[in-house]
Amino acid sequence: MSPRLARTLVHLALGALTLVTLVPLLWMLSVSFMPQGEASAFPPPLLPHHATVANYRLLFNSNGAGRYLGNSLALALITTLCSLVCNSLAGFAFAKLRFAGREALLRTLLAALVIPSQVAMMPLFLMMKWLGLVNSYAGVVLPAAAGIFGVFLVRQYALSIPDELLEAARIDGAGELRIFVRIVLPVLRPILVTLAVLTFLGSWNDFLWPLIVLTDQSMYTLPVALATLSREHAQDNELMMAGAVLTVLPVLLLFLALQRYYIRGILMGSVKG
Amino acid sequence: MRAGLAGWAFAAPALIIIGVFFFAPVLGAFAVSLTDFDLYALADLRNLRFVGLDNYLELLESRDFWRALGNTCYFVAAGVPLSIGASLAAALLVNSRLTRLPAFFRTVFFAPVVATLVAVALVWRYLLHTRYGLINWGLGGLGLSPIDWLGNPHWAMPAIILFAVWKNFGYNMIIFVAALQSIPGDLYEAAHLDGANGWQEFSRVTLPLLRPTTMLVGVLTVAGYFQLFAEPYVMTEGGPLQSTMSVLYLMYEQGFKWWNLGSASAIAFLLFLIVLAVTALELRLSRRREAA
Repeated sequence: MSPRLARTLVHLALGALTLVTLVPLLWMLSVSFMPQGEASAFPPPLLPHHATVANYRLLFNSNGAGRYLGNSLALALITTLCSLVCNSLAGFAFAKLRFAGREALLRTLLAALVIPSQVAMMPLFLMMKWLGLVNSYAGVVLPAAAGIFGVFLVRQYALSIPDELLEAARIDGAGELRIFVRIVLPVLRPILVTLAVLTFLGSWNDFLWPLIVLTDQSMYTLPVALATLSREHAQDNELMMAGAVLTVLPVLLLFLALQRYYIRGILMGSVKG
Repeated sequence: MRAGLAGWAFAAPALIIIGVFFFAPVLGAFAVSLTDFDLYALADLRNLRFVGLDNYLELLESRDFWRALGNTCYFVAAGVPLSIGASLAAALLVNSRLTRLPAFFRTVFFAPVVATLVAVALVWRYLLHTRYGLINWGLGGLGLSPIDWLGNPHWAMPAIILFAVWKNFGYNMIIFVAALQSIPGDLYEAAHLDGANGWQEFSRVTLPLLRPTTMLVGVLTVAGYFQLFAEPYVMTEGGPLQSTMSVLYLMYEQGFKWWNLGSASAIAFLLFLIVLAVTALELRLSRRREAA
């Protein structure tokens, strides 16, 4: 096979795969701008005849999308903030501070990584009920405010901080908290961006737990609201596609802006296994 | 000593949250699974009774549980090889010396992974629409008759598998690309000098060196695919004729639709044990292979 032919074949395959990957997303975007009913036709229209934002208007004016968008955004931001604080403190402690029981704890946490989260869900719901946190932001945020994976992500990175750096600061009389804020945090910055992106996307896309713990429609996040709406409006394809765009677009943009950090997180996660 | 105190203080917030909101409920789940916790107990705890392993025994005799487990195994057995195959193919293409703009293609292929599952499942439900969907329109163009994808019990699971492959292949692709890039170039040069063709290079150099990665990716993907839930929840509601009812969906319905929290906890534990057993089996098989 000539190099030129090989190159053409490779790019043909890449092109086909790109098409398969993007067509669903592009069609979602296109249909979201069609007037009600236009997409229920054969053959399926590829582009709107007269593009309109009516679906988005309907979504916000009579379906409470603003509320769901606000809930999703607030929950993802608060969860990210909590997870940054808790996991960075603990990750650093497990990497660089000696304390009694550290190794045993580390082994327990590592072993617990195999337990899937849904095992905890039934008692967690009862716990939230007794705490009066069903249907509250806290009910969604608290279980995700720290996580074993997050602790390990930070720990792996913090292991590379030289001990001499910390010792020097201690000899100068700096307290541990001051050392953490002044010396450790700046070094950890890249991995904290990774953790932030992973947590934000995870929280935004999360479905099962918010579906369980948020029982009042006004508290729904976008995915939960979208799943509920789609059961009531099974035929309103244009409206549903607008809802899907609204849900997907923020995370796609965030990913495009910070994909370097996101991919680092995946690779560190898989190396750790 | 000062460092010891600081260590505990620094680790405490995360440990408390993980302990209270993860470890405690996991242990609690086992306790709950040994009771008949239901709507009456939810209203008044005095109605709670200890039933031993009854929930587990009932599940093992229930047709719904075996059906859900069968569906989930179907999804795993067909979905995992297809997903990993797609991931590897995409990684080879992206990583090829011939490819221009590899970063562009890598980003495109990864987009479905970050897209919200519920939202893209809705998009696919529409793509798979019997009359107005693009997929049947495409089949029509090839001269094939339309398929009632999500309404036919034989086609609903394949449709969900197709969707899952599309949604997830980019994730493992990233891991494969990293592994491919770590293969030293002189190995290929040596193979080339020995007169190996493209296929031989792939099967004699690339594949054997990728084995640890493939194993890792396989174990993680199997464990992930056993958690099938949102896809059927959005696309089929477990139907038609329960053909896409998964174990996790059954747990959700038992727990939060019928409020049989005891039985739901037992389902969660059984699923966990099954995944654990399958993972152990995979690891053992891979070790035996490595030894051979």
